[in-house]
Amino acid sequence: MELTLWTYEGPPHVGAMRIASSMKDVHYVLHAPQGDTYADLLFTMIERRGQRPPVTYTTFQARDLGGDTAELVKKNIKEAVERFKPKTLLVGESCTAELIQDQPGALAKGMGYDMPIVNLELPAYSKKENWGASETFYQLIRTLLKDKVSSSEKINPLRWKELGRRPKVNILGPSLLGFRCRDDVIEIQRILSEQGIDTNVVAPLGASPNDIKRLIDAEVNICLYQEIAETSCEWLKRNFGMEYTNTIPIGIKNTIEFINEVHKKLDLPLTNKKELENKSKLPWYSKSVDSNYLTGKRVFIFGDGTHAIAAAKIAKEELGFEVVGLGTYSREMARQVRATAKDLNVEALITNNYLEVEDAMKKAAPELVLGTQMERHSAKRLGIPCSVISTPMHVQDVPARYSPQMGWEGANVIFDDWVHPLMMGLEEHLIDMFKHDFEFIDGHQSHLGHTATNTKDFLNSDEKKEKNSKEGIIWTESGRAELTKVPFFVRGKVKTNTEKYAILRGIPEISDETLYDAKAYFS
Amino acid sequence: MSKVEFNKETGPREVFCGLTSIVWLHRRMPDAFFLVVGSRTCAHLIQSAAGVMIFAEPRFGTAILEEKDLAGLADAHEELDRVVNDLIARRPEIKTLFLVGSCPSEVIKLDLATVAEKLNKRFLGQVRFVNYSGSGIETTFTQGEDGALKALIPLMESSNEEKLLLVGTLANNVEDRFKKIFRNLGISNIESFPPRQSTELPKIGKNTKVLLTQPYLSDTVRDLKHRGCEIISAPFPLGIEGSTEWFLAAAKAFKISELKVHEIISPLINRAKLALKSHKEILKGKRLFLLPESQLEISLARFLHNECEMDLIEVGTPYLNKDLMKEEINLLPDNTKIVEGQHVEKQLDRVRESNPDLVVCGMGLANPLEAEGISTKWSIEMVFSPIHGIDQAADLAGLFSKPLRRNQILTSKTLVTH
Ligand code: SF4
Ligand code: SF4
Repeated sequence: MELTLWTYEGPPHVGAMRIASSMKDVHYVLHAPQGDTYADLLFTMIERRGQRPPVTYTTFQARDLGGDTAELVKKNIKEAVERFKPKTLLVGESCTAELIQDQPGALAKGMGYDMPIVNLELPAYSKKENWGASETFYQLIRTLLKDKVSSSEKINPLRWKELGRRPKVNILGPSLLGFRCRDDVIEIQRILSEQGIDTNVVAPLGASPNDIKRLIDAEVNICLYQEIAETSCEWLKRNFGMEYTNTIPIGIKNTIEFINEVHKKLDLPLTNKKELENKSKLPWYSKSVDSNYLTGKRVFIFGDGTHAIAAAKIAKEELGFEVVGLGTYSREMARQVRATAKDLNVEALITNNYLEVEDAMKKAAPELVLGTQMERHSAKRLGIPCSVISTPMHVQDVPARYSPQMGWEGANVIFDDWVHPLMMGLEEHLIDMFKHDFEFIDGHQSHLGHTATNTKDFLNSDEKKEKNSKEGIIWTESGRAELTKVPFFVRGKVKTNTEKYAILRGIPEISDETLYDAKAYFS
Repeated sequence: MSKVEFNKETGPREVFCGLTSIVWLHRRMPDAFFLVVGSRTCAHLIQSAAGVMIFAEPRFGTAILEEKDLAGLADAHEELDRVVNDLIARRPEIKTLFLVGSCPSEVIKLDLATVAEKLNKRFLGQVRFVNYSGSGIETTFTQGEDGALKALIPLMESSNEEKLLLVGTLANNVEDRFKKIFRNLGISNIESFPPRQSTELPKIGKNTKVLLTQPYLSDTVRDLKHRGCEIISAPFPLGIEGSTEWFLAAAKAFKISELKVHEIISPLINRAKLALKSHKEILKGKRLFLLPESQLEISLARFLHNECEMDLIEVGTPYLNKDLMKEEINLLPDNTKIVEGQHVEKQLDRVRESNPDLVVCGMGLANPLEAEGISTKWSIEMVFSPIHGIDQAADLAGLFSKPLRRNQILTSKTLVTH
């Protein structure tokens, strides 16, 4: 038994729903109680879709359990097939149905339909959402392509040359409820097309069963989200010899590496690196003098495997941050995340428990958090700026504007999204230069608002505790007067640091001198 | 009873399960914790129904059953013990811990009553354990509250003191308003169930007069009756009419004259009518379709027809307790079509055919209907918003006029969709 307050991933059948809902002409009959229909709102509310997911729930009740739930399954399958006329039917069960063992998949296969039926067995008590999505996608591909396995020869990645056409690739993995997938696909297709590469099929997002049957018309598979597509890519490689890419094009370096990887696989000439770099503003923005303040900013990263690994690399190599924490909730990608963490000299945090993540975050004391919505809330409580880089999905993560994470534009978006929660460099510089201005001293408000309140409240509240800090340290007149001169937005930090220093040194009273000693000590 | 048309429908449903009620119950009783014993689906459900995550340390959680718990039930009990220990160590401020059963825990016949009993002995004087089921195979949406309240009744001490007991979760401000009005009427001993603290349970007995504030409390009512309480039959306090009848029914039970009631509430009524006016202008003559979800549908239909002059196409309700709803049904216009149960596809077909101006529905269905050009209102908003009482009548109407107003603004002047 595992205690959870909030979870990063839903159950595996929600993963299956993500695949079904991403596609056309597919319908999913899910043996489940009525409450499980909540999952529709993930798509219609959070992802703001104008269509219901193509899912028919059997919604069995307790009183059905004594009777024939199998009949109920068949009735629902029949109705769903007649009403929605799918080209492929997915049949599966949620956690409760798994316990009553009706085997809806087998029942469906016995009903004599001639469309392909995919029997989904997704163990609800040991697996989770991403695994469910991956397995569903894989089972679907396997079912639709199994006739072609024996007849097909291994696919030669260079056959486009013989065929006298541009090379073709499939983009695999993007799905609904994936982080910014919709825009990533557009960006990657555009980049490939510029390089003279055509997209054969994007799947599951927007694909139909017919498209799945056409997967083998391409030379290479792009594995865009490993969580969802890796198993399928591996199967296509094993059975059709199709090569697939490993690099996830998030960030400039990865995007370039990705392009190189695709080129190598297709035997296309490599493009000039410098020229590629200019396609995004990130490298220049990052180098511009304004960004000096980013140097060595301490960042804590947590998210799905794909995005966490990519974020770590960008943070360190492209923005000059120091990564002080890296973790993921994707157990399936624990190995890769550990490897990345090792390169960065941090210990990887692999966990499902957001409270553990919060603890680690607190300990690492970062200046910026790159995480999920959970970390955004934790960071808010800790007073640390945060940018969201990964699922679980929130309505905020489905912006109206074009905002991919991948490719050149993705790098631009990342620069803005990560840097804006921080105080901007120019601003930080100016404030530093003008910090003695009366604006920043008590009684005046700057446009920044009163984040750290003014010293009077700050000390007054302490005065109630006999002018002591929590640890029993006393601020003398001179000490307090000096603290008043510190701009309010850093005052909290200066105060804590000084007290920390005082404790360290066993100084019972903080004077103006102590404050300067502390400043010197921590600088 | 007015000549309403009753229909039953069976088929695939699209409603929340009873676990969802945790989302408002935990706000009502901040000293309680709701521990669902269930699956990852259950955890995901309450998380999704409550928004992605609003609470830092929510007062609800899920003990997720894993493969090994399914294999041997004895172990599951031990595991649950361990989880509860951890939880209480982490949250020493918890006074009442609800063990909430789910579909999986019911199917594997996990005996939460026994677990609760054992834990009660162990944590005597520190935490009380109560169990109920919010499972989707037994309960829909608001029925979870019925289960939770019913589970608390055995803990309520007996007393023969005469009192008015308001039953059903209310927003605090609404509750305060009601109490003030009742005091003005001369009823001074008023308590609420659920109370604002789980430990401050009212005492009940044969002089307890129960006035329901929510229509979905069948089991609770039955058990209160068994404890000797008198149930005051009344419509529900939604809108001016419902609230007036509700106050009148209470007054009658306490032998207070009708005149006195009118004297006290008529200024409120006048004010409310004034406030309702602008909403009524928008709602009047508009055609309303209510899909089943919260159990509030019949009361809402009554209010929206009688006071806002909307036309009712169909009033869906997940289930119908004709006894509790008697007074409401009497107030409905003749030929109202009530449909109990659901076949969501057929119901949506009827929605499309009848082309309503507004549909009340669950969250999963709202945007798809909007995309088809049909304005919607989420059922869940009704259980989260303070909508009870005369003072809130205009706010309640506002929940329905707003989507229509918005629709007008957007389609007439600014946006062209599809
Ligand atoms: S319907 Fe059952 S399994 Fe599903 S969330 Fe509700 S209690 Fe859990
Ligand atoms: S508090 Fe903010 S982030 Fe959390 S659910 Fe609400 S809107 Fe979303």
